[in-house]
Order: sequence, then structure tokens, then C-alpha cells
Amino acid sequence: MPLFGSDNKTKNSLDGLWIKCNNCGEIIYKKEVEKNLKVCPKCNYHFRLSSEEWINILIDQNSFHELWPDIESIDPLDFKDRTRYRDKLKETQKQTGKKDAIVTGYGLINELFVHIGIFDFNFMGGSMGSVVGEKITRLIEKTAEEQSNLLIVTSSGGARMQEGIFSLLQMAKTNAALSRLNGSKSLYMALLTDPTTGGVAASFASIADIIIAEPKALIGFAGPRVISDTIGQKLPEGFQRAEFLLEHGMIDMVVERKVIKKTITQIIRLLGNTGRRTVQL
Amino acid sequence: MLFHTRFLLPAAVITIRSAEAGIKERGTTPFISRKSAGKTIVKRASGKSIDAAETECYPMTNMIHQPLDFEKPIFELEKKIEEFRQLSSSEGIDLSDEISRLEKKVKKLREETFSNLNAWKIIQLSRHPERPYTYDYIYLISNEFIEIHGDRRFKDDPALVAGIGLIDKHRVVFIGEQKGRGAKDRALRNFGMPHPEGYRKAMRAMDLAQKFGLPIITFIDTPGAYPGIGAEERGQAEAISASILKLASLPVPVIGCIIGEGSSGGALAIGLVDKMLMLEYAVYSVISPEGCASILWKDQSKAPLAAEALKLTSYELNKAGIADTLLKEPPGGAHNDSKLMAQTIKDALLNALEELNAIPPDELVKNRYARYRTIGQFREAAE
Ligand SMILES: [Zn+2]
Repeated sequence: MPLFGSDNKTKNSLDGLWIKCNNCGEIIYKKEVEKNLKVCPKCNYHFRLSSEEWINILIDQNSFHELWPDIESIDPLDFKDRTRYRDKLKETQKQTGKKDAIVTGYGLINELFVHIGIFDFNFMGGSMGSVVGEKITRLIEKTAEEQSNLLIVTSSGGARMQEGIFSLLQMAKTNAALSRLNGSKSLYMALLTDPTTGGVAASFASIADIIIAEPKALIGFAGPRVISDTIGQKLPEGFQRAEFLLEHGMIDMVVERKVIKKTITQIIRLLGNTGRRTVQL
Repeated sequence: MLFHTRFLLPAAVITIRSAEAGIKERGTTPFISRKSAGKTIVKRASGKSIDAAETECYPMTNMIHQPLDFEKPIFELEKKIEEFRQLSSSEGIDLSDEISRLEKKVKKLREETFSNLNAWKIIQLSRHPERPYTYDYIYLISNEFIEIHGDRRFKDDPALVAGIGLIDKHRVVFIGEQKGRGAKDRALRNFGMPHPEGYRKAMRAMDLAQKFGLPIITFIDTPGAYPGIGAEERGQAEAISASILKLASLPVPVIGCIIGEGSSGGALAIGLVDKMLMLEYAVYSVISPEGCASILWKDQSKAPLAAEALKLTSYELNKAGIADTLLKEPPGGAHNDSKLMAQTIKDALLNALEELNAIPPDELVKNRYARYRTIGQFREAAE
């Protein structure tokens, strides 16, 4: 079974055969990258994955159950820039086949039960508006209620500007829910993938019990361009990459994709709830 | 005598070491600036005097007055009135009819100008360099204030100030972002953009509040948390997130007041509250209009359009239930009468304190959760 392929909508055969690495810029034979869990064989950059791809990697086969798939934005500000937000939403929904930028649900990881939320960066940059905030909050509440384990896989540019203050306050909502989760003694793991910045970095992503990042993932509060514009100088090599955050004490570990499932399994075994080993689908 | 000193003073920033002078001139607020760490004690036992030896005050009147573009016609008229006044006193000519006619005119013009402000003008007002800042309000509202410093980890961040104060009989913890007044002080305060150590100092203040059972009052006024190399190295995202998390579970009342710019995560870091007050010409937004314009319009000059689209004014946020109380500003904005503004804020704070102090701690935390739990708008198709 091809691990990646279900979401490959590229029609152009040239584009379909070759891809360019975001990090080293090499043009690589796509099949080679896919065989390698979408990790660049030249520089070890971990390509962004869709939520389906993450489910394939992390969750035991046929054990994933999606929760709240039908929540969608109602464009609370009636926002319009050069295009209308609601049109952009509709178009993105059509393109991605998703309602918004996160998939939430539960499943088994090596037969251990987890509640899981996975961002889709290709849905408006994985931005957090009311829908993402609500689904994460429900997921946290459900985890607390069932004292299960929580894993959030982030990939987001931050808050969704088009929903204005409602987006900003999703940071408050998710963190308030996490403060309750702390009381329930449930394990919360965050897996930060490329990129995790802005409002997502400055809320639930940065305060997990265990924070894991993928190699070379960009992680930070402000985007690199904003910073270099502000300080008027070039940023140092490796700035805001996962390894930089590890060095500065902001995350617990940088884990290669090929051992991520094993690592998460180990963390659940050591810290989490190992009592539940089945899912009702 | 009340006169418009701003026209008479030389166009330079002068430091006057007398709080009394600051109060007398134009009935306005002196700015309290900390120069030596750990030494700031502002006491007004009688409610009138301030220990000027320990504080350096910048009367707001000594600033170079820079009217906003839309304020200019008002400013010109005021200037004319002032000229007439001087003329009549130096030459002994009676111009009182003319003066009162112009005074009426300026009043009407101000009312007209301010009754119909668009979001972009409000943005400019929220950033007005003469607008009262956190220290100004702390000074005007409290009878005593003692500032704390440092995060006990790295350093003291002057862009965020915190301390314990007394409002009438209420002991409270103040936390607020602080912009600077004058070139030197603005740089010292990093234009009100805190580093992680600022938010970590705020968390220390929250711990004190919890330990001693004191309500917290936060003054929100920041263009955002600072985007810089050191800030990222020391975990700006984590500091903001941890501060929000801590506020969510504090068993004491938390009252927020957006006094100027409430921009993004840097504002929210001290903005998870039981009750949010908002000044009429303050703003609260997920991103600055400039930032939004450059991302969504690919053109920063479209900031006025972004300001409109983001719905960030007090009127819109009050309607949306994000700001519980909208505090009207004096004619022409808070900077035209900071004492009156401070009194309005004080009254609202006392009301909120009375209301929230009556609620048991566990219920307070529960209500606070409910307040944020319901924020967000979406639709959910029935399965
Ligand atoms: Zn590469």
C-alpha cells in the first residue's frame, strides 16, 4: 500500500515525478522521497505531511475515528481583503476536501489509546480560527474527561487574521482548557512540525508535558521575515529551527520521522494512560 | 490658571524633577519613570504629594505636541485662541467676544471630528504619543504603589511593569505594558514591546496575587510582543502561552483594561480576564492593520482598509461581547484630560472589584472558563 498517494492530486507528470526540497533546494525523485517517509534524502528536511499521512504514520491501521468533522467557519467578521474570506474558504474546502485546518479524533498508537489533533498546513497555512480553536478545546476536554492521552501535531502559521479577535481569543480558550487538563493528570504531547509559529506557538504548542519537534522544523513566535525586518539584519543560520530550540531549552527532543511512532509509544508507556487498548469505531 | 502650555514651551523635551509642576501644568499627568532598579516607590499618602526625589517625571505638557492629521484643524483653532488671549493680556485689548466665539467653534469642531471616527483614525488615537500610559493611570488611580522588578531568571524588562498598589481601600496587583515618553525613555521601554522576561515578571506578580489573595488589574497597551533574536532564544512563545495558562487558573479576580493598543499575543498574554474594560479609542486585534495589510493585501499602505476589516474598535468589541465595558473618553481623547479619564477608569475598576470580590474563588475560575469557552463562531452540521 502506498503510504502517500491518496492526496496526490498533481496532474502534471513532470511535477508529479519530481519535487524540490524546501530546505536544500535539491530536485529529488518523488518516489525516493515517499519511500523515505517524505524526508529529503539529501538534507534530512522533513516535508510537510497532510493529516491523512500523519494518521498513516502514527495510528494503527483501521483504528482512527474522526470527531467533529462537520464544524465550519461562518466568517464572523464578514471579512474581505482582495477577495472575500467566505469565497476563499469555499475554494480551499473544495481544493483540500477538508472543512478547516485541523482533523481531530482518536485511535491507537501501538495499541495505546490517544486523542489526536493534526493540523493541515495546506488549509490556509494551518491557521487557527474559531473552528480550529473549538476542535482543539473539545479534544482537550474529552481527553480530560476520559483521562486518556493527548497528541497534537502542529503545523501552522498562527492565528487566522480573517476571523480577527475571535482567532486571537482561541489561544485563551485552548489554554484555559489545558489548565483544566493539567488537573486531570492526563498526558499531553505536542509534535511540532514545520512550521509552528504565531498564535499556535504562543498557546497550546509551547506548553505540552512533552514537546517533540521534527528535524529542521521552523518554530517560533514571530516569523523570520518579521524579525529581520524589525532588527534590520540577517538572521543567523539555523535560527528558529528545531535544533536551535532544543539548544535553547524550549523543546524536549528532536525526533526523526522514522522513529516517531516508537518514541511516542515509549512516552505513553512511561507517562500516560496505558489502560485503554481498544477503540470503538 | 489653566493655559495651554504646549504652545508656550520651547519645542524640546525637558525633564522636570517635580511632580507638583507636572500636576499643575495643564492639569495633566506626570509621567513616572524608573531610573534606578529597585528604587521606585511612589507614595501619595495624602493623595496629593509624590516623592519626587525618587522618581523622574515628564509632564506630558513638555512634549513636542504633534497633532494627528485629523486633529490639525482643531489644533489651529486652539492656537488662534491662545494668540488672542496673549494679545488681550499683553496689549490690554478686550477680545473676549472673539475668544468665546472661537471656543464655541472649537468645541463644535471637536465634537464633529470625534463623533465620526473611522477605524484608522481610532488606530492613530490609540497610538497617540500623548496618550496616558500604564504608569500614568497607576499614578492617578492609586494612593500607593510599589513596583517589583525582574523575572528572577534573566533580567528586568521595562516594557512591562508590575507592582502592588492601593486603590482607595483595595490592595491590588497592577500589571501593564509601558510605552516610553520621550526618545530615551521610549527606547528604554522598547516602545511597549515586552520580551519573554517581561511576561515572566508578570507571572511573578500573578503568583504574588495568588499567594496574598489580591485581585489583579492589567493595563493593556502594546504594539505586540517583541519580535527579535533574543526574544526567540528565550522563548517568547512559551512565555506568552504560560502567562495565559496561569491566568486561566488564578483564584483571584482579574480585571483587564485596554488603554491603547491591544495588539496580538503580546496583549493577550495579560488579557485572559474576568472582566474586560476598554477605552473608547483603544483597539484590540489579532494583528496590527499594517501587518494584516502586508500579508493579505501584499501592500502595507492598505492598512486603513485592514483596520476597518478587522473590527478592532471598542464599539465593535463591546457589541461582540469581548469588551464588557466601554469607557467613554473625554472630548478629544484621553490625552486631552487624563485626570478625567483616570477617574472614569477608577470608577469602573471599583465597580468591577466590588462585583468580583463577592464571588468565591472556585466559582470565579469556573466563570472565567465559561467566558472563554464560548468565544468563537462556527456552524456545525447535524451528523
Ligand atoms: Zn533537502
